[in-house]
Amino acid sequence: MTAPRTLYDKIWDDHVVHQAEDGTCLLYIDRHLVHEVTSPQAFEGLRMTGRKVRAPEKTIAVPDHNVPTTLDRAKGIENEESRIQVEALDKNAKDFGVNYYPVSDVRQGIVHIVGPEQGWTLPGMTVVCGDSHTATHGAFGALAHGIGTSEVEHVLATQTLIQKKSKNMKVEVTGKLRPGVTAKDITLAVIGKTGTAGGTGYVIEYCGEAIRDLSMEGRMTVCNMAIEGGARAGLIAPDEKTFAYCMGRPHAPKGAAWEAAVSYWKTLFTDEGAHFDKVITLKGEEIEPVVTWGTSPEDVLPISGVVPSPEDFTGGKVEAARRSLEYMGLTPGQKLTDIKIDTVFIGSCTNGRIEDLRAAAAILKGKKVAPGMRAMVVPGSGLVRAQAEEEGLAQIFIDAGFEWRLAGCSMCLAMNPDQLSPGERCASTSNRNFEGRQGRNGRTHLVSPGMAAAAAITGYLTDVRELMAETV
Amino acid sequence: MDKFTKLTGIAAPMPLVNIDTDMIIPKQFLKTIQRSGLGKNLFDEMRYTQDGAEIADFVLNKEPYRKAEIIIAGDNFGCGSSREHAPWALLDFGIRCVISTSFADIFYNNCFKNGILPIVMPQEVVDVLMEDARKGGNARMVVDLEAQTVSTSDGQSFAFSVDPFRKHCLLNGLDDIGLTLEKATAIDSFEAKAKTLRPWI
Ligand code: SF4
Repeated sequence: MTAPRTLYDKIWDDHVVHQAEDGTCLLYIDRHLVHEVTSPQAFEGLRMTGRKVRAPEKTIAVPDHNVPTTLDRAKGIENEESRIQVEALDKNAKDFGVNYYPVSDVRQGIVHIVGPEQGWTLPGMTVVCGDSHTATHGAFGALAHGIGTSEVEHVLATQTLIQKKSKNMKVEVTGKLRPGVTAKDITLAVIGKTGTAGGTGYVIEYCGEAIRDLSMEGRMTVCNMAIEGGARAGLIAPDEKTFAYCMGRPHAPKGAAWEAAVSYWKTLFTDEGAHFDKVITLKGEEIEPVVTWGTSPEDVLPISGVVPSPEDFTGGKVEAARRSLEYMGLTPGQKLTDIKIDTVFIGSCTNGRIEDLRAAAAILKGKKVAPGMRAMVVPGSGLVRAQAEEEGLAQIFIDAGFEWRLAGCSMCLAMNPDQLSPGERCASTSNRNFEGRQGRNGRTHLVSPGMAAAAAITGYLTDVRELMAETV
Repeated sequence: MDKFTKLTGIAAPMPLVNIDTDMIIPKQFLKTIQRSGLGKNLFDEMRYTQDGAEIADFVLNKEPYRKAEIIIAGDNFGCGSSREHAPWALLDFGIRCVISTSFADIFYNNCFKNGILPIVMPQEVVDVLMEDARKGGNARMVVDLEAQTVSTSDGQSFAFSVDPFRKHCLLNGLDDIGLTLEKATAIDSFEAKAKTLRPWI
């Protein structure tokens, strides 16, 4: 009898190629996702040493961070450096023979949306990408995490990664969520509780009724932000919903291979009595729609709250909070719902999937954005965009006064022309509210898609439940 | 990768907590396809005004910290994105060692791949080192990787721990890929085994 193991233990054990005496392991990588920003130096390294990509069939590349999302993007990328970076990926993908979705392909999109959509991401796999939000793929019960460019080169050359095992942490969200509360609120509420370093050194497994009840899209939103809590990865055990999502995807197994895969996937759960080094529990019914007020994702408060004062904190956080408030232009005691918004951004690998667009459109239907509001929707992939058009969501956004864009990272990190101006304030469905993240001196409040839609309509941070009441 | 053995240098105090990778190197500088040349943009938005003038109170704009080789930082240094541009920028500026109570996981890994030594110390020690760094002037800190100690300008010495494999790679400037490729047969046999166990991959 082997000792009871966690889901993380099981996936880990199945991928160890070699273990050194000090516990350092060589871990096999099943899927390597690649984008244009963190890969050029890695491919260059291969060229310089005359090395090849060991498993091009397991390597998937897509440009997303730099690509323009305006409708005229077929005319090319204006910014020279961005263009060079995307062209470098075009060339590297071709030279090294890896799977590729170029800008012109309808399947192009944010790497973490394209992977699952195309069936590259499957339960029980190890998935890496030179991007911290690789944690997203953990929603399938895959061990997925971000790596640096040197490690990208290492995986390209060897299909393995040198790793030490993390500790196990369980985050349980019990009970049912209340109406208007979403996966985004769960994941922000967890970070609000643990802090941005609370997960450092851990792999988190999310479980509990509220997690089980989420769709695959919602689960991806939760795992996406595991990194914002400092964790190496987030995981959710696969179940029937996972299998249903994967079935029939272009790169998912078919026929007998599918049956074999499902029976393996069904073994991927944490055994009764397995050990977790840290356990955190949240009650689903106590979670409210939340927003961030500061410049760290841990600066989370329910929308009914008020802006805190630096004195509410201790240690180094006092100074950090003072700096955040100054940067954000907020006064302690101010009601969050009195914060006026200039821009609304709906998109990113956190909330750029079809369900997110549906949630926002449900609030926006028949409404208009507040006067002067700049609002944009950037679907996570070309296929999400096509589906939203088919479902009539695109028209709802356009009628409400939103710009309806092409797929990419866009204002999530503002490497392309979509940026905030200094002092501009944005309600954003993305994942980072760091200083300058969405443009120099831009101010970001992280919210769910429904909350972003609500802010677009009223012009202020708004409790989405007030607008839901109106629609019922 | 350059070896790291013993470093005697100026330490810059940066007590702010949660210094993230967007602060270390803002995204507009991620468009490069090279590793070098990022030092001038290290901490760009904290270091320069919008028109590119230096912000006088930022620590790395002050003497003697313009020549800092060590940073003493607040908790959770390097959180945020996986961008290796962050250690590249630090290295290009001349920083070879960062000391904090904690680091974000990916950043911590990325440092070792670039010959930068990240050291985790308890709060009390970081407090002492921070004070020492604030002295400026001719104060020099000594980081000895072989002995695993950090010594202040007035000779107080503190031990730190480091993973033995990483220490070995840093001391000798070893390239991971070369080391892993020596295990090519183990990778081949893993692949063969996985092909029968999980053929759909
Ligand atoms: S959408 Fe944002 S967080 Fe996601 S991969 Fe793109 S830049 Fe990174």
